[in-house]
Amino acid sequence: MSIYLDRNTKVIVQGITGKMARFHTKDMLEYGTNVVGGVVPGKGGETVEGVPVFNTVKDAVAATGAEASLVFVPPPFAADSIMEAADAGIKYCVCITDGIPAQDMIRVKRYMYRYPKERRMVLTGPNCAGTISPGKALLGIMPGHIYLQGNVGIVGRSGTLGYEAAAQLKERGIGISTSVGIGGDPINGSSFRDILEQFQNDDETEVICLIGEIGGPQEAEAAAYVRDHVTKPVVAYVAGLTAPKGRTMGHAGAIISAFGESASEKVEILEAAGVTVAENPAVIGETIARVMEGAS
Amino acid sequence: MDIHEYQAKELLSKFGIAAPPGALAYSPEQAAYHAREMGGDTWVVKAQIHAGGRGKAGGVKVCRSENEIQDACEDMFGRKLVTHQTGPEGKGIYRVYVEGGVQIEREFYLGFVLDRSSQRVMIVASGEGGMEIEEISAQKPDSIVRATVEPAVGLQQFQAREIAFALGLDPALTAQMVRTLMGCYRAFTELDATMVEINPLVVTADHRILALDAKMTFDDNAMFRHPQVSELRDKSQEDPRESRAADRGLSYVGLEGNIGCIVNGAGLAMATMDTIKLAGGDPANFLDIGGGATPERVTKAFRLVMSDSNVQAVLVNIFAGINRCDWVAEGVVAALKEVQIDVPVIVRLAGTNVEEGQKILAKSGLPIIRASTLMEAAERAVGAWQNDLTQDTHVRAVK
Repeated sequence: MSIYLDRNTKVIVQGITGKMARFHTKDMLEYGTNVVGGVVPGKGGETVEGVPVFNTVKDAVAATGAEASLVFVPPPFAADSIMEAADAGIKYCVCITDGIPAQDMIRVKRYMYRYPKERRMVLTGPNCAGTISPGKALLGIMPGHIYLQGNVGIVGRSGTLGYEAAAQLKERGIGISTSVGIGGDPINGSSFRDILEQFQNDDETEVICLIGEIGGPQEAEAAAYVRDHVTKPVVAYVAGLTAPKGRTMGHAGAIISAFGESASEKVEILEAAGVTVAENPAVIGETIARVMEGAS
Repeated sequence: MDIHEYQAKELLSKFGIAAPPGALAYSPEQAAYHAREMGGDTWVVKAQIHAGGRGKAGGVKVCRSENEIQDACEDMFGRKLVTHQTGPEGKGIYRVYVEGGVQIEREFYLGFVLDRSSQRVMIVASGEGGMEIEEISAQKPDSIVRATVEPAVGLQQFQAREIAFALGLDPALTAQMVRTLMGCYRAFTELDATMVEINPLVVTADHRILALDAKMTFDDNAMFRHPQVSELRDKSQEDPRESRAADRGLSYVGLEGNIGCIVNGAGLAMATMDTIKLAGGDPANFLDIGGGATPERVTKAFRLVMSDSNVQAVLVNIFAGINRCDWVAEGVVAALKEVQIDVPVIVRLAGTNVEEGQKILAKSGLPIIRASTLMEAAERAVGAWQNDLTQDTHVRAVK
């Protein structure tokens, strides 16, 4: 088992006719992702990369049985698209879009909570690179070939830093069960804690790698969850030791504005919860390898 | 995006938040004129900069005559005000706000923030107005009252009343306080703010609730739907390099060090800065050129990084995923040919087609120092800079 996504998961792409979305739809199909359709209002009936386009998510779900969706819609309209997916019965949604207003995301989260837990959509992102279960399926924009199939679960806020970790693992012959990007925004669909829970319950995942950064409370919340509920070894890296306070570092959510939000404080909190912290980004792979040897 | 105090007060007044009478001035004469128009015998001259801590730094002066106003303004205009929030370089004073003095009976702190834990808007209030919230939480944590707002229905009157009573406000003023809180919440959500702070919010001797200071910060991602707010942007308060970068769609933060960084992805960019520090150097900037490292973007990035005269070496760290390394390498070579660079350039490429990328860099004939891992790149950048130092050629020509 991997989490959220495997080779049978039926996927639709919202905003599929855009240039980026077309490119990545092709890439996902080549990787083996079961892309069954796309949604663009007013473009129903067209096809992109051989898959049919629908006017609404409801139409797409009715015609294809889609369970997962990838949102490529521009920022002013992305929140609306996520809510459309939630309402149409999509189970898992990844939103790539960077630049969604925070108030829109507050509304999206509130909207999703209207549904009882068993019918509530899981959202990861926005402002993320996506989710990949190597060898099975890719839902996002990451380069599939840098991921080996294996037993490390990766969850991170940064796209390229996640690639860095995956590539370091590949060099050592270590594979990944699933890699999930939770994105760089202050209000996001799923937190570290949510993904840790999934990895803890996933048979295929033996070691968990958490890639955090400055800003927000989610690393500290993850630490508390690890301490109380996670029995698998967890390795972490936190970016931004040299980031100044009060400045936004690229990601809308990467800003130190409160106590406990700096990288050094997060490292301390994670270590106190029993997490092995890689002291620099160049040794993430090495640290995971060491922890795996220790565990076996 | 930040705005000035007078702008925040003007926006908030449309939502029913009262403030003392005041007017903006661009010169001492204008300030004195406004004071005369306003009447009264006490005025406060306040430097308009995008930072807090103005009072302690001499940016807020109480004046009792037109002469005092002139003097206060002459002292402020054109100078850089350094507060604990501005950094050592300070922020230029080009506008002052003249406000009628009021008799204060009580001061409160009032803040509306995006709470990332509950992922909702949170109200933070305290009876210890005038102090900064960090000080209040450190010294009088028990005085802080908090409430989160259910986004589907917005702030409710009962919540506002609860806050008013918890602050120990005179019950006769509850309705005024409720109006103030409801107005702030509406301003916050309708204008896509990320912070509204009124500190202090005061009760005057004649029982009015007024905002003596006001600060608003807005969500950059939502400015597309608020042209009237984006108009309030004041570039004189921004680091010119950061404004230039933002105008070109690059995410840049200037720092104190001397190793320039060009990286794709915010997380990797921070990680690169951290690695430079570990290798014994100091990063000159944060720069995320985005996922697609096109030659145009790389060229823009080199120009931007080199506009910082402290830069003694440039480290390029690109993880090419969808874009192959050979393509990125061609971009770097093209950029280096276009932008004349007189400091060592260290390039680390990783990802797809890395060997081809390295070959292109090697064959270019350009003095590029290549590295294969992040640590190696950082060490080489620091080494190149130090090597430069020993050869006494580190003072680079500034173009």
